[in-house]
Amino acid sequence: MVKKKIEDLLVTGNQRLNKDYFILTLRSGDPLPAIFPGQFAELRVNHAGDTFLRRPISFYDVGREHHEIRLLIREVGSGTRQLGMLGPGDTLNMIYPLGHPFTMVDGKEFLLAAGGVGIAPMLLLGKTLKQAGKRPVFLFGARSKEQMFDLTEFEELGEVYITTEDGSMGKKGMITDHPILETGNFDGCYSCGPEPMMKAIAKLATGKEIFCEVSLENMMACGIGACLCCAQPTVHGMKMACVDGPVFNTKELLW
Amino acid sequence: MVDLQVNLGTLSLKNPVTTASGCFGYGSEYTDFMDISRLGAVFTKAVTRENREGNPSPRMTETPSGMLNSVGLQNKGVDYFINSIYPTLQQYNTVFIANVSGSTLDEYVEIAEKINALPGIPAIELNISCPNVKKGGMVFGTNRKSASEVIKAVRKVYRKILIVKLSPNVTSIPVFAKTAEDAGADAISLINTILAMSIDAEKRKPVLATVTGGLSGPAVKPVALRMVWEAYHSVKIPVIGMGGIRSVSDAIEFMLAGATAIQIGTANFVEPAVSINILEGIGKYLERHGFSSVRELIGNLEMPEGFERFRPKTF
Repeated sequence: MVKKKIEDLLVTGNQRLNKDYFILTLRSGDPLPAIFPGQFAELRVNHAGDTFLRRPISFYDVGREHHEIRLLIREVGSGTRQLGMLGPGDTLNMIYPLGHPFTMVDGKEFLLAAGGVGIAPMLLLGKTLKQAGKRPVFLFGARSKEQMFDLTEFEELGEVYITTEDGSMGKKGMITDHPILETGNFDGCYSCGPEPMMKAIAKLATGKEIFCEVSLENMMACGIGACLCCAQPTVHGMKMACVDGPVFNTKELLW
Repeated sequence: MVDLQVNLGTLSLKNPVTTASGCFGYGSEYTDFMDISRLGAVFTKAVTRENREGNPSPRMTETPSGMLNSVGLQNKGVDYFINSIYPTLQQYNTVFIANVSGSTLDEYVEIAEKINALPGIPAIELNISCPNVKKGGMVFGTNRKSASEVIKAVRKVYRKILIVKLSPNVTSIPVFAKTAEDAGADAISLINTILAMSIDAEKRKPVLATVTGGLSGPAVKPVALRMVWEAYHSVKIPVIGMGGIRSVSDAIEFMLAGATAIQIGTANFVEPAVSINILEGIGKYLERHGFSSVRELIGNLEMPEGFERFRPKTF
């Protein structure tokens, strides 16, 4: 297992995507440890008043050559809002790499279905799949166009399908309404986002008898398996989202 | 070189910095970040008789300067502890103290008896203060008679150092501190978490699946400090202080209030190596203030003139 580290990384960029989303670019002084898609980091939030715990954020992209990490973050409260105020020259303390990543399995074509900030782990996953000679197909959902952002990086990796609840971009409706789910010939699915969406994708995968992994967003405190707060009931008993997950095969979950 | 050694009865700790039960796993979770052998002691996650899956999720929510948890003593039971965890603890050069919890008096006694037989565990911390289980835990620790009964029963079978972990959810800490001492405790530790709750106004629902949970973190520190100070003045046995400690100053404050040793809990979740920083900071504090031993700090509080008569009443 890769040794976890606590490190101050240099913020080299903060790209605002829309009102709620931003991408932090961080640089380490050392070569990065092995980081796999679906893994996450626990970020320390300074000066956010009375927030106390770190914020678990999954890896959006990793650039090994320049020791660079990118994190896609959505502002949901005072902690993430404070992270959104970081800029070039600031440092960000994080514990990483954490968690059990997505699994690479046999097959050619894979559906990567994500809603909201669940999109975050899908870039690194898509890149990893493509490097392994597989075909990632992205299906992303959002409330409206305002909640979406430039998806060029995903488009470079494979087809991208969009749904919005108000129809302002892509197909109107939920991810689970998109016809690609029926017409696509997938060998497996990966999903991250709201639980009803992941459950629907899991059900679809079960029906088609294909591989399916989801990344859960259980509330976490420590991120390293000590506090036992992010419990997830599974067929193998109680598991911890931070060390046994956040990625689980849906066959393991009691859904 | 300052002397950092402290004593809990006949048990000597190389320094007063320890990690709290439920906040440090069994130590191995932290070895990537620090040398856990440098700690004075590690208090293990609670051990119950049988495997426990703990409470349903959500079990945790962040609160202003703290967090609420309702983990509910999730662990794999005392036999698993003895066969699978205990052997792994021997590689570390620190004291491991098992936190013992149960639903019934018999369960406490049975676990204590089993752990008494482990030569590498010199002490137990009797958890009669967990707020997150329906039976046992705090139910024992908030009633003077049942607290006394369970401590006495465990005392009969447990021959090593018996530490009793007290609940803050009582009207009088002195009463329960004295009860523990009279029932045969060698030391007391406090505080466990404060019974609390969180509500999601938008959903009009409690945040935790168990509705209530235990509050910990910096938010509880002033309450904990007062309770440790009261306990120190109520008993002759050593007091182990905890509650929101996250800095060197916090740790010193608890010792000045009367703690012989301190436990670091929730802060481990945020800064995994915080205990080592605190340990190093205590050494520097002692040098800076000209103390030769950390024991000189215990209860070394200069009170306002005329305060003598306001000491907390023991009964």
